[in-house]
Amino acid sequence: MSSAHSDLTIWVVIVLLGIGTFLIRWSFLGALGNRDLPQWFMRMLRYTPVAVLPALVAPLVMWPAATDGQPEPARLSAAVVTVTIGVLTKNVILAILGGAITLFGMLYVLG
Amino acid sequence: MVQSLPFLIVIIPFALLFGVVALEAGIDIGQILGFSVLVLAGASQFTAIQLLSDHAPAWVVILSGLAVNLRMAMYSASLVPWLKGATGRQKAWVAYMLIDQSYALAIQHYERHPRLNLRQRLAYFLGAAVAMCIPWIAASWLGATLGRAIPDDIALDFAMPITFLAMIAPMLRTQAHMAACFVSIVAALILAGLPSGLGMMIAALLGMAAGALLEVRTERRQEAKS
Repeated sequence: MSSAHSDLTIWVVIVLLGIGTFLIRWSFLGALGNRDLPQWFMRMLRYTPVAVLPALVAPLVMWPAATDGQPEPARLSAAVVTVTIGVLTKNVILAILGGAITLFGMLYVLG
Repeated sequence: MVQSLPFLIVIIPFALLFGVVALEAGIDIGQILGFSVLVLAGASQFTAIQLLSDHAPAWVVILSGLAVNLRMAMYSASLVPWLKGATGRQKAWVAYMLIDQSYALAIQHYERHPRLNLRQRLAYFLGAAVAMCIPWIAASWLGATLGRAIPDDIALDFAMPITFLAMIAPMLRTQAHMAACFVSIVAALILAGLPSGLGMMIAALLGMAAGALLEVRTERRQEAKS
């Protein structure tokens, strides 16, 4: 997995992402003060993480790059176990551990 | 600061993982530190690394990373009444260190002890935030350093998806959150053929809209009942 981006591009991404993130965090504390933004906008904000992250991860789970895009039982079961533990315990680290153990266990068993 | 300790159990392994995964994606150690110091936001750092290694265009990487952080505008808004009267410089520091965990701790503390003065509130926030942000930066450096020792044949490709899934699961608090998640998954799979990153952004927007719409409907139904 080597990146196709030059060092400079990566630094540009880091710096712009850093500045943008700071401005988001600073927005109301600094410039916007107590001003109200439209309600629909605030509503959308609430759902950004829960909409962006699944969109990012779903294709990675279904068509892993490591198997040339073929669905693969070890990775699918690891995904199911991770989500199940995450939903049940709300504990991110436990969910990651459960998923990792499932993945390596299944890869070992399936050879 | 003591109250930040439970969060460190999550933050440190998470940052270690970020270091390892980013190194694996071909990001060098200076850039990894750059991410952790300048961006200082776990989910968006992972998002950026994933998209960079997918060869997505830089603007897609930046927009997606920012989208993941938009929730922090809500944190910013909700701190305004508590930090009234702080200087511009103080507010800038608070903004820089406004992460999920420092926000959660601070707002709990302020609501429980409403009579604190501004100085005490700022001191609490800075103490809690420093105790979490410094370990985040240090552990991502450590992860990148240790990452070099990990043999190549371990299936690290799946560390990132597992991390994302683990982050999503506890967010599914309401039906609206589940709807947003479900719509975004279905759309992302259908649109996976589009150029790198584009399908994901459309899917995310559809998911957000679904969440917001369901929230409106649920509220209307509750109003009708009462």
